[in-house]
Amino acid sequence: MNLWQSMARRDRVFDFLAPTASSVDVRHGPILYLEDVTVSFDGFRAIDNLNLTIDDGELRCIIGPNGAGKTTMMDIITGKTRPDTGSVWFGSRHDLLTMNEPEIASLGIGRKFQKPTVFEALTVFENLELAMAADKRVIPTLTARLTGEIRDRIDEVLTMTGLAEQQHALAGILSHGQKQWLEIGMLLMQRPRLLLVDEPVAGMTEQEMERTAELLTGLAGKQSVVVVEHDMGFVRSIARTVTVLHQGSVLAEGSMDQVQSDPSVIEVYLGESEEAA
Amino acid sequence: MHWLGRPFNERSTQLFLLVLVLAVTLVTVLHLAVSPQHPLYVSGYTVGLLGKYLCFALLAVAVDLVWGYLGILSLGHGAFFALGGYAMGMYLMRQVGDRGTYGDPVLPDFMVFMNWESLPWYWHGFDMAWFAFLMVFLAPGALALVFGYLAFRSRVTGVYLSIITQAMTFALMLAFFRNEMGFGGNNGLTDFYDILGFDLRSNATGLGLFIASGIALAFGYLLCRSIVASKLGRVCVASRDAEARTRFLGYRVERVQLFVFVVSAMLAGLAGALYVPQVGIINPSEFEPLFSIEIVVWVALGGRATLYGAVIGAILVNYAKTIFTGVMPDAWLFALGGLFVISTVLLPKGIAGVLAHRFRRREASNTTKTEVPA
Repeated sequence: MNLWQSMARRDRVFDFLAPTASSVDVRHGPILYLEDVTVSFDGFRAIDNLNLTIDDGELRCIIGPNGAGKTTMMDIITGKTRPDTGSVWFGSRHDLLTMNEPEIASLGIGRKFQKPTVFEALTVFENLELAMAADKRVIPTLTARLTGEIRDRIDEVLTMTGLAEQQHALAGILSHGQKQWLEIGMLLMQRPRLLLVDEPVAGMTEQEMERTAELLTGLAGKQSVVVVEHDMGFVRSIARTVTVLHQGSVLAEGSMDQVQSDPSVIEVYLGESEEAA
Repeated sequence: MHWLGRPFNERSTQLFLLVLVLAVTLVTVLHLAVSPQHPLYVSGYTVGLLGKYLCFALLAVAVDLVWGYLGILSLGHGAFFALGGYAMGMYLMRQVGDRGTYGDPVLPDFMVFMNWESLPWYWHGFDMAWFAFLMVFLAPGALALVFGYLAFRSRVTGVYLSIITQAMTFALMLAFFRNEMGFGGNNGLTDFYDILGFDLRSNATGLGLFIASGIALAFGYLLCRSIVASKLGRVCVASRDAEARTRFLGYRVERVQLFVFVVSAMLAGLAGALYVPQVGIINPSEFEPLFSIEIVVWVALGGRATLYGAVIGAILVNYAKTIFTGVMPDAWLFALGGLFVISTVLLPKGIAGVLAHRFRRREASNTTKTEVPA
């Protein structure tokens, strides 16, 4: 935003007076608030008066039929899409609507897309090395050393993702599931506070799903994790709190059992999927 | 500066340097210590020819750095080579002094011929070796900086970038053909006498230039290897294969591309500067798009993204060219085209790919699997 414009605003202090500490303030509990958010594309309300709160360290699953606005919600949090109205806060200090994508990413919000993109011509280890939070300008990158500290961090993530044995293998030869874990590992290298994971188990085998469930539940507590997923079995295996989205707003929220017994949820979503399964 | 030392620990680099030092030493010994009647004697002409090959090898390494590792297919690297060559040519021209046909103490012959009163401003300073040698790097570097800044900032990549690099070298060729540009028009710069006080027509100077070309190749190779072996090299490979993803990780891909492109252009300029005193002429034909395409053929045949493959390709193709143009000059372009087709169809990874495959098979059968430290 233009400096003069920002100085003319009366709803907050001047930018240069605002605390510059980038640490996220979660003293009040929640790490992410979405309040009365609405987005429409050509008259269609993709997100309609959405209210959502994610607590620090929570693992939250978001389900909903196609077109419920799950991906659009992720786009709003990461700064890719701007809502028409409403407010989005990260902790109680950072207004995400005033920040652009790289700024939000560097604040500690990591997003995993549906399709895994890893660098196939590099090894697993090198993929993680590149993803590490570091000075990414040209000359510091040229002269960067692989210190013991960096190596330890990479080893830690390799263990978490179960890729320690494949660390010297080229990422191109990994299986689909391993690529997904590597991608999650690349997000973890940046030490995110909040991980947004979009359909992590699409196309995975049963065993791979189990590994992914272990990985994601292991992350919760240290990081906050938001998982968007279609696979009900998988959601049941990891979920503590489930949010059901329907037509751009929250239809129900609670434990898996509560949500499953909610008649409105059964009507719009679970009933159909249960029959299909 | 630890990153500059990294390649010395690599076996491929050690082997490359060893072969290069041995080859240069062998040629030097055979030229100096063997009598001219002996069949193993290497003549001054051959030394000059080999020196030329080494310059082309350095040029190929520069192209491989941007094409192999960064995925930027430059079809205009001949322009950087030629600019380095012109910078050296201008220095050599000023060294002629009053020994030219018209005997003017300052103006080169072609300027006297065109009735120019005084030296154009951009010719000043080239009588000093340090200034000229600096320009060998700065002139191609500046062109690469401006061109690369505009191209990479607008995210021009792939075929479009290849085409505009081609257009760049073609435009420069047309410009340098014009007499009014003050670079000798289509005759270019020639009739040099000496470099740093050494007579260019003597065998000893020829040998010195050959050794200098060998050192320059070693330097260029090591510099490229240190970039490739650093984290920046891995960012290059990452942006080559998935540019958007690399940006998403927070790397400024366009700056990485610009940096590597400028380094590559400067190395090409150095190659051109060493080439000119060895062949005795620089003219706008070095800007020809065909020459730039030929460089790409050397690299493709030798093997992309290996650096040593580029060296092998450049030397082999140019040796073949020397033989062919001597025996049947008309067939050369067909042979070159044939080589390119063969390398694309049968050797997609080039000669280096075949070598690496052999080497790996032998190593796999000799030793048990060893852990490679990252």
